[in-house]
Amino acid sequence: MDKTEAAARRAAAVAAPGYVLDRREAVPKLIGRHEDFLFVGGLAGSARDLAQLTGDGPSAYLLGGVMGAACSMGLGLALARPDKRVLVLTGDGELLMNLGALATIAVMNPPNLAIVCVDNGHYGETGWQQSHTARGVDLERIAAGAGIKATRTIADASELEEGSRFIRQGNGTCFVLLRVAPTEPPAYKRNLDPASCRERFRAALLGNS
Amino acid sequence: MQAAATTAPDWPEQLYALLRQNGVTQFAYVPDAGHRVLIDKSLADPEVHSIPLTTEEEGVALVAGADLGGARGVLLMQSSGVGNCINFLSLVKGGRFPFLTLISMRGDFGEGNPWQFPMGQAVEPVLEAMGVICLRVERPEEVVPTVSAALTMVFKSGQAVAVLLTQKLIGAKAF
Repeated sequence: MDKTEAAARRAAAVAAPGYVLDRREAVPKLIGRHEDFLFVGGLAGSARDLAQLTGDGPSAYLLGGVMGAACSMGLGLALARPDKRVLVLTGDGELLMNLGALATIAVMNPPNLAIVCVDNGHYGETGWQQSHTARGVDLERIAAGAGIKATRTIADASELEEGSRFIRQGNGTCFVLLRVAPTEPPAYKRNLDPASCRERFRAALLGNS
Repeated sequence: MQAAATTAPDWPEQLYALLRQNGVTQFAYVPDAGHRVLIDKSLADPEVHSIPLTTEEEGVALVAGADLGGARGVLLMQSSGVGNCINFLSLVKGGRFPFLTLISMRGDFGEGNPWQFPMGQAVEPVLEAMGVICLRVERPEEVVPTVSAALTMVFKSGQAVAVLLTQKLIGAKAF
């Protein structure tokens, strides 16, 4: 990280006083046993969170582009596999790009789908510019307004254990806004080839069909 | 649509049956008159998921997610929706996801609304630029054989295929 970027990140932290959790601890603690889920990860930080957690394993399909696609991809997977729990890990920037997906998900309401938005209030990948959430947009209220009945915001470490149970409920799709400090996601070098990641995901889940 | 009620074409019914016989279980769409029968039949079918989208790009990601889980989806949209899908088609092309879309055309043969022409005329070059093969259908008897060919190309050969239901086939909306 160069000096300009470090300064931008420090400024981001100062500008976001309600955001205290460290994502490198909070995400693994919230998800708990990762073998319980199939994952779709939004690009950038949330993909790196999941790569670190799963060892870049075949249970996670991690985007490196197509910003805004993660929630819809998770919906297709959840509808296809009602026998598995599907967790979409996305970021505030990625989710803001396709808020309509929350409306579609609420209408379909698959009980095996959990959406966790890691909200650091910033576009970390592009130089820590503030996102809309740091300027007052509340994604949990948007998810609830879209019609997702089980929603909550987690901003404190004491809430993570209960959150871990919450994302395993089967009463309908659930949404968690995980508020974290604008700090670096894990520095994990993952497989960025979308076709080989598709093949390994399907091979692990479906066998060689 | 100008089709008279007394002579409703039977290809939409056959098309739905063909998609079901080929294992399609996720029908994603932005509501559109050209796909009315397919949408209504998917809503009435307890064995499929009928998924209304807010924007067509959601459907591109959705059917890719279905493929990850071993299911087959189809995206039903109007030609104007193609423009909303472009960047998400990176997922299909880069990930080599099978992708089937049926597109009811506007801005085409006999169109009376000038707003429809820019996107309607751009559908084929835009899709081809993103690696999607386009098959045009102009006559009722071509619908089932063309979609049947597309199903083979998509689910046996892993290709991305758009079947364009042209205004010669479905008629131009009256203005």
